[in-house]
Amino acid sequence: MEVMVILVPLALGLGLLGLVAFLWSLKSGQYEDLDGAAWRAIADDDPPLPPPANVPAEKRG
Amino acid sequence: MLQTRDFSHYVKDVDGRIAHLDLAVEGVHCASCMAKIERGLQSIPDVTLARVNLTDRRLAVEWNKGSTLEPGQFIDRLAELGYKAYPYEPVRAEVEEAERTKFLLRCLGVAVFATMNVMMLSVPVWYGGDLSPEARDFFHWLSALVALPCAAYAGQPFFQSAFRALKAKSVNMDVPITIGITLALGMSLVETINHAEHAYFDAAVMLIAFLLAGRFLDQKMRQKTRAVAGNLAALKAETATKFVGPDEISEVPIAAVRAGDIVLLRPGERCAVDGTVIEGRSEIDQSLITGETLYVPAERGTQVYAGTLNISGTLRVRVAAAAEGTLLSEITRLLDHALQARSRYVRLADRASQLYAPVVHATALLTIIGWVLAGASWHDAIVIGIAVLIITCPCALGLAIPAVQTVASGAMFRAGVLLNAGDAIERAASVDTIVFDKTGTLTLPELDVVNAAGIPLEVFDLAGRLALASHHPVAAAVARAAHAKAPLPNVVEEPGRGVRTVFGGQELRLGSPAFCDADAEANQILSEDPEVSVVAFSRGEQRVVFAVRQLLRPDAAKTIDALTNRGIAVELLSGDREPAVRHAAAALGVSAWRASVTPAEKIAHIEALKKQGRIVMMVGDGMNDAPSLAAAHVSMSPISATHLSQATADLVFLGKELAPVLAAVDYSRKAMAVMRENLGLAIGYNVLAVPIAIAGYATPLIAALAMSGSSLLVMLNAMRARRGRRGAAPWK
Repeated sequence: MEVMVILVPLALGLGLLGLVAFLWSLKSGQYEDLDGAAWRAIADDDPPLPPPANVPAEKRG
Repeated sequence: MLQTRDFSHYVKDVDGRIAHLDLAVEGVHCASCMAKIERGLQSIPDVTLARVNLTDRRLAVEWNKGSTLEPGQFIDRLAELGYKAYPYEPVRAEVEEAERTKFLLRCLGVAVFATMNVMMLSVPVWYGGDLSPEARDFFHWLSALVALPCAAYAGQPFFQSAFRALKAKSVNMDVPITIGITLALGMSLVETINHAEHAYFDAAVMLIAFLLAGRFLDQKMRQKTRAVAGNLAALKAETATKFVGPDEISEVPIAAVRAGDIVLLRPGERCAVDGTVIEGRSEIDQSLITGETLYVPAERGTQVYAGTLNISGTLRVRVAAAAEGTLLSEITRLLDHALQARSRYVRLADRASQLYAPVVHATALLTIIGWVLAGASWHDAIVIGIAVLIITCPCALGLAIPAVQTVASGAMFRAGVLLNAGDAIERAASVDTIVFDKTGTLTLPELDVVNAAGIPLEVFDLAGRLALASHHPVAAAVARAAHAKAPLPNVVEEPGRGVRTVFGGQELRLGSPAFCDADAEANQILSEDPEVSVVAFSRGEQRVVFAVRQLLRPDAAKTIDALTNRGIAVELLSGDREPAVRHAAAALGVSAWRASVTPAEKIAHIEALKKQGRIVMMVGDGMNDAPSLAAAHVSMSPISATHLSQATADLVFLGKELAPVLAAVDYSRKAMAVMRENLGLAIGYNVLAVPIAIAGYATPLIAALAMSGSSLLVMLNAMRARRGRRGAAPWK
């Protein structure tokens, strides 16, 4: 039973950490565009790479 | 003349170095639009941020203040990318709504945290056969430590609302909730201090969490609707061309126009202000105001109103009233009156809670008195009384209606219907009579060529290309019908008459029959069908006359047929002249129609229908319809409607088709049925649970299970509102 004295506050602390994380994410506006966020995760946001400079132009295909 | 555009009205300053602009963007649907817009704007030098909000269809742009960038450039760039945009300024109501949604979400987070952790602490107490009394007290004290501050924070929405209601000497649903929560927490604390076996902290915080979920859904639906409505308003927000010097004009938002200013009104432009013509000669299309489709002449001294369309000549107008003040005082007066008459309607949720609150209080009180009379101690009697309060607390009831509304509003949005009022679904479900306006509602807002079949393709094509140079709406109809893309070179416009150019060695003309010397052909068309407008085209010796009119929406007849099949009476009430209305009514198979109706007569007619016990939906778009929209039990407007009508309408529909009207009726009926079922479920649950609580058998575990079970049940049932009455789209 004594172990409860450590484990229970620990569990509460973890829960509190989760709550703080939630409040932080809410405050930083992460729930403002849920539709967009879903797409941003899979969007191809890197611009196409420039062709390597050291390859001669005719070999770039 | 020098022309500039001035949108500086909308630019905000971030920290002295960065300028910020919000734009409402039309036509953003998917991730690729989002990427296209963001990349397109970020490629402009000095732009520091371009971020699209896909939920609200908005775009935030920030740029260095020192640069020469101007708001108009972003709008031009977006136009190049294929998107129409307009500076957007959130109205105060919308900002407040967003703040409130955020607050509810914060409360919900706290309540869910508390529920999970107090539950965790409660489980050993419920099952703890070998739990020592000291350990039980330890768990209870920890529960109190979590539950009390959390409830104090997360319960605020209910406490505040209950307090306001009591202050106004009335009772709402939040009063029993507040009493239940406070009593449960207070009693639990007393029990904990007295080393008792059970405490109710878990039930109290779970109750808050479930109720907040319902509130949040309700709020979210309203916030989304308001955001979309705000965008529509911004995208429709017409600009005015104002004289800033004797020979200098600037395009400004209407908000920046004052009475006494002089504005320029070019052919094809919609007037944004009320005022008097001081120079120029033209024709005015007043169909949005009066429903009259024939043009009226305008010259020096003529009054023009916001919402009218300038047809042929350029006018200078001295502004009498702009922005808020543009409405005819007669219409505003009628509108206020009609809105007052309607406010007596009570929403289903409010009606339910009005009955609910006294019943819950009385039951709990009678339970306590009953147990005391039966010989129980005050302490035991109060514990049982609290169990009754908790178990009857309108947890399922609080979720029953918002959950259905959220699901149904999503489904209706996909069918092209926007909800403007929170109770629009409830109102629309009971409709048995629909009164349609004609112009712009049953017909498409734009004109179309009706005799296209009899015109040689090559001639049609040339006329269409020539028509691209003109602002005249009739010419625009020809250009649209010809699918013209490439304008002809060197076109000269002769104000009030038409356009001409020399192409392929021949002179081409497009304009009034007299201008093209085609009076004979035009008169022949007009004698066959006096309802059309004509525009003539000449090429050398060749003469062609186009007949143009407003076409009925493509599915109007089918939709009206489907409505009639649902047992709904359909009527046509128009301000237009009799032959035009008769023609439309015959084409649609509507036998009840009236023409040349004034706004006051429209209201009178709707009032008369209401007196007969009919429940009327009004569908209209013109400013003359606004008062009758307000007078009807529920109202609907197409997206092309005037500002005022849209603001008054409970529902707004998108697109060219009339089918959304049918969808609105079907989805509302379905949603209302599910709401009633949900209320039935919530009441049925109470019928089962309350006797157990009154008898004193409701342990916290049973209360918790019963409560979550009933809430889940209504949530799952609410999902059924996603489908319309017949499973899928109305008649497709």
